[in-house]
Amino acid sequence: MSSTSSPVTTASQSASAQATGGSKGAPRLRTPRKTHVPGRPKRSVLLTVLTGLILVYTVVPLLWLVISATKSQEGLANSSGLWFSSDFALWDNISETFSYNDGIFVRWLLNTLLYVVLGAGGATLLAILGGYALAKFTFPGKRAVFAVVIGAVAVPGTALAVPTFLMFSKMGLTDTPWAVIIPSLVSPFGLYLMWVFATEAIPTELMEAARIDGAGEIRTFFQVALPLLAPGTVTVLLFTTVATWNNYFLPLIMLKDPDWYPLTLGLDAWNNQAQTIGGDVIFNLVITGSLLTIIPLIAAFLLLQRFWQSGLAAGSVKE
Amino acid sequence: MTTLQAPAAVEGRPARPPKRDRRSWTGWGFIGPFVAVFALVFLAPIVYSIYLSLFRDQLIGGTTFVGLDNYTQALKDERFWDSLARVSLFLAIQVPIMLGIALLIALALDSGRLYGKDFFRIAIFLPYAVPAVVATLMWGFMYGTKYGLVGDINSAFDVTLPDPLSSDLVLASIGNIVTWEFIGYNMLIFYSALRVIPNSLYEAAEIDGAGQFRVITAIKLPAIRGALVIATIFSIIGSFQLFNEPAILRPLARNAITTDFTPNFYTYSLSFNGQQHNYSAAVAIIMGLITMVIAYVVQLRGMRKGA
Amino acid sequence: MRRTTSRLLRGIALLSALAMGATACGGSDDDSSGQKDVSAGDIQAALEKGGSVTVWAWEPTLKTVAADFQKKYPKVKINLVGERSGDKHYTALSNAISAEKGVPDVAQVEYFAMSQYALTKGLSDVAPFGADKLKAKYTPGPWNAVSEDKAVYGLPMDSGPMALFYNKKVFDKYKVAVPTTWDEYVDAARKLHKADPKVFIAADAGDAGLTTSLLWQAGSRPYKVDGTKVKIDFADANAKKYTDTWQKLIDEKLVAPINGWTDDWYKGLGDGTLATLPSGAWMPANFETGVKNASGDWRAAPMPAWTKGDKASTENGGSALTLPALGKNKELAYAFVEYANSGDGVATRIKEGAFPATTAELQDNAFLNKEFEYFGGQKANEIFAESAANVASDWSYLPFQQYANSIFNDTVGKAYISNTKLSAGLKSWQDASIKYGKEQGFTVE
Repeated sequence: MSSTSSPVTTASQSASAQATGGSKGAPRLRTPRKTHVPGRPKRSVLLTVLTGLILVYTVVPLLWLVISATKSQEGLANSSGLWFSSDFALWDNISETFSYNDGIFVRWLLNTLLYVVLGAGGATLLAILGGYALAKFTFPGKRAVFAVVIGAVAVPGTALAVPTFLMFSKMGLTDTPWAVIIPSLVSPFGLYLMWVFATEAIPTELMEAARIDGAGEIRTFFQVALPLLAPGTVTVLLFTTVATWNNYFLPLIMLKDPDWYPLTLGLDAWNNQAQTIGGDVIFNLVITGSLLTIIPLIAAFLLLQRFWQSGLAAGSVKE
Repeated sequence: MTTLQAPAAVEGRPARPPKRDRRSWTGWGFIGPFVAVFALVFLAPIVYSIYLSLFRDQLIGGTTFVGLDNYTQALKDERFWDSLARVSLFLAIQVPIMLGIALLIALALDSGRLYGKDFFRIAIFLPYAVPAVVATLMWGFMYGTKYGLVGDINSAFDVTLPDPLSSDLVLASIGNIVTWEFIGYNMLIFYSALRVIPNSLYEAAEIDGAGQFRVITAIKLPAIRGALVIATIFSIIGSFQLFNEPAILRPLARNAITTDFTPNFYTYSLSFNGQQHNYSAAVAIIMGLITMVIAYVVQLRGMRKGA
Repeated sequence: MRRTTSRLLRGIALLSALAMGATACGGSDDDSSGQKDVSAGDIQAALEKGGSVTVWAWEPTLKTVAADFQKKYPKVKINLVGERSGDKHYTALSNAISAEKGVPDVAQVEYFAMSQYALTKGLSDVAPFGADKLKAKYTPGPWNAVSEDKAVYGLPMDSGPMALFYNKKVFDKYKVAVPTTWDEYVDAARKLHKADPKVFIAADAGDAGLTTSLLWQAGSRPYKVDGTKVKIDFADANAKKYTDTWQKLIDEKLVAPINGWTDDWYKGLGDGTLATLPSGAWMPANFETGVKNASGDWRAAPMPAWTKGDKASTENGGSALTLPALGKNKELAYAFVEYANSGDGVATRIKEGAFPATTAELQDNAFLNKEFEYFGGQKANEIFAESAANVASDWSYLPFQQYANSIFNDTVGKAYISNTKLSAGLKSWQDASIKYGKEQGFTVE
């Protein structure tokens, strides 16, 4: 479903694939360039200020989220969006977010982690295997595979939701974690990325050598190919993680039992309480919950950044 | 291939064939799992939808086979074409702005002329981590002319900014949200592509005495053409499938964001509000075909220039 | 219950037509044709035997009711699933019905959506369980919504007789009298807005539920439904009362263009910029949690009349608990529904802030004398109960009201953002609804 991987997002995923593999024809890159033109370029205040404007644009909404998370429900109603209100309720909000409704937020967090580990992890694995096959093997129907994948992605996913639901229901998968995990396993753009990456990163000679040594296909894959694909794997994993973490539409259709909700659905349910007769209006928890939802992802970005960045450039282990 | 050549071909150079063609079914062993799941979650529903699109199901009277009636009806459906025109306008304006700014920042980062480059890179990238649901809620709050950021600006400076959620501006406001979500992401893609341009090219330019601007137009942009084209293609698909942002924003602007605001929203409304699953399927199939054709054309054009 | 009516995720109720058509023709004699009555003894036996009942309902007070019920019948397990309301709830319900799998044993359904589910045979007739004998217990509006001829498709859970909630502080401050007619309402709107341009008489950006409720009060009956024969007409003389009045409010920009149930809306109710709110009697609970900071400012008053002295009132919202046809454990399910909506559960739910649909409770002194701290000690239930008694019961919704409501803002919404007149907006709503009805096989005039 397009919902599992927002096309704009995924657009860029494959673009990054392109970037990764795009070094074809160039000498193999060992390390990222330090400088391209000899002599360190002079730093420019003007350029920094201009880029800073874009930075303001990207960061202000996040600031709004952080500031709003420090406000109680009353504080939200009484104060302006971009400054703190008199009562600082961040800690109260956080503890209430975790304890509200018998701590269901924790359950949603764990569900999301489960979906990420199995869904994004599985998607990455399938993409590695598929990309490896596309890059290193010729097989009947190979040309058709990716054409069909892209063609299918072009069909709007919302119209497919009901047919998918009916199918999954017949298979007894609805309202189980599998209804979220199985669709997450497909990342067309992860496949594309790994295809590009494997083309670059695995010297065919090395595979030949392994085969001559008598290694079977499976052993060749695990012992020769997989280690070489590690940097690309991190990139795909990060993107599939984001897609799974932010997945909303398909779980909405597939899951009824709140015990299996991911965070996005849970927050949506909380937000909807304001539209429910007798419902508890908890915009403050929606906001704090949103902040808590994106923190793990941002942390993952920051922690994996170095690995991932170097992975993009240091594609080759050959020579 | 419909839209994408093998990666190397995207680059405009022929792929180096494997030393020995292993023309066998071994490859299927590796791609099989992907294809199996893909067939289950993508192909089967599409095939099912094509099947559904040949029927009509009424509340009173049940299901009848109608052949291609749904398709002919869709081709004459003004609401569908209006929605397509709307996303085309969106595409024509939002995508160039988003990709253009992303490219400029990537070039700025790559130039080495920024103070605090790493900080910029990660901070501009952060919005990508925000789920569309949360991003749209946030912007929705900020767009409020009474209590949102717009309202704050109005009262602080005693001005009256136009309402971002009015029917004239709501498309632009949605474009802003999408841009915000994906600008840093595309930036990073371009930046990564720039980072892998081989030094030898720059050295050649230096010998030629090329200036900064010349280096950008003659070396950097051609070198990342592949990334640009792919980003464009998928931004096109993204625009044509625009759904999350208008859907989540709609409670704040019901009159401006109609149920046929985008083609994807329209198929959704048909299916979920109107129970017109069959007709909805036909519209979705048509929309898929249009998207594929346009993506294909863009790819052909983009690649031809490069090769 | 969700009040907003034209929401994104309208249920996909009618997908059930496919699935249910087959089921109903096939072998559903046990429950749907209603010859076999289920005696109280049968139900009692089922309760003693035990089992589990899955309930899809977002009504918050049901939590306590379910706990009490399980205490009373320890062998019965109530599995209450209530995270979703409104459209998302209907989507899930309809999906489950069309898949013929995972259908709940009890489902909450709002009155406006009842006939749609009933018509497509998505709901069991509970008359054979003895529900038909409970008619006298309920106020006429809700009962009319759950019953059709001899069939009863659920028991009313709550009701929403309308009242005019007003911010007394604002009215006092500008020395404006609380309107008793809609003409006075327009005058009050002008005075308040003139006194302070930030103050609006109400928020209204186009809401199908409010519009249909006001038409109902005005005596207009735009929908006439007889089985699969439907007539839609928004042009009667009584509808004109509504359009004329409301057109003034829109033209003179006296209503704030804020959509209901949003953050801005809650803030506006709290800070005195929205002076009134015509709403159902269930609203106090939302005031108490969503507009805490304005506690003491607000009061309830009877709805303004369309003609001076006319007492006619109207309903807004309210829902019933129903037994989906494909649900299991019918006896237990019905036992729970009866307990919650007719038995001991009613008192529990009132205590937690719900507004009942049962006449006995509405006439009960303790209920009527309850002083609402939020409303400055006002005995607001007196006003609500009187409103309930003055609701005309001959209103009906379309058998595809969910769809109609979903396109309300596409059509009538134009009157709020362009030069389109409200009457013209209603006409295009009418046309679009007629078109849809015909496409769906109804005989539409």
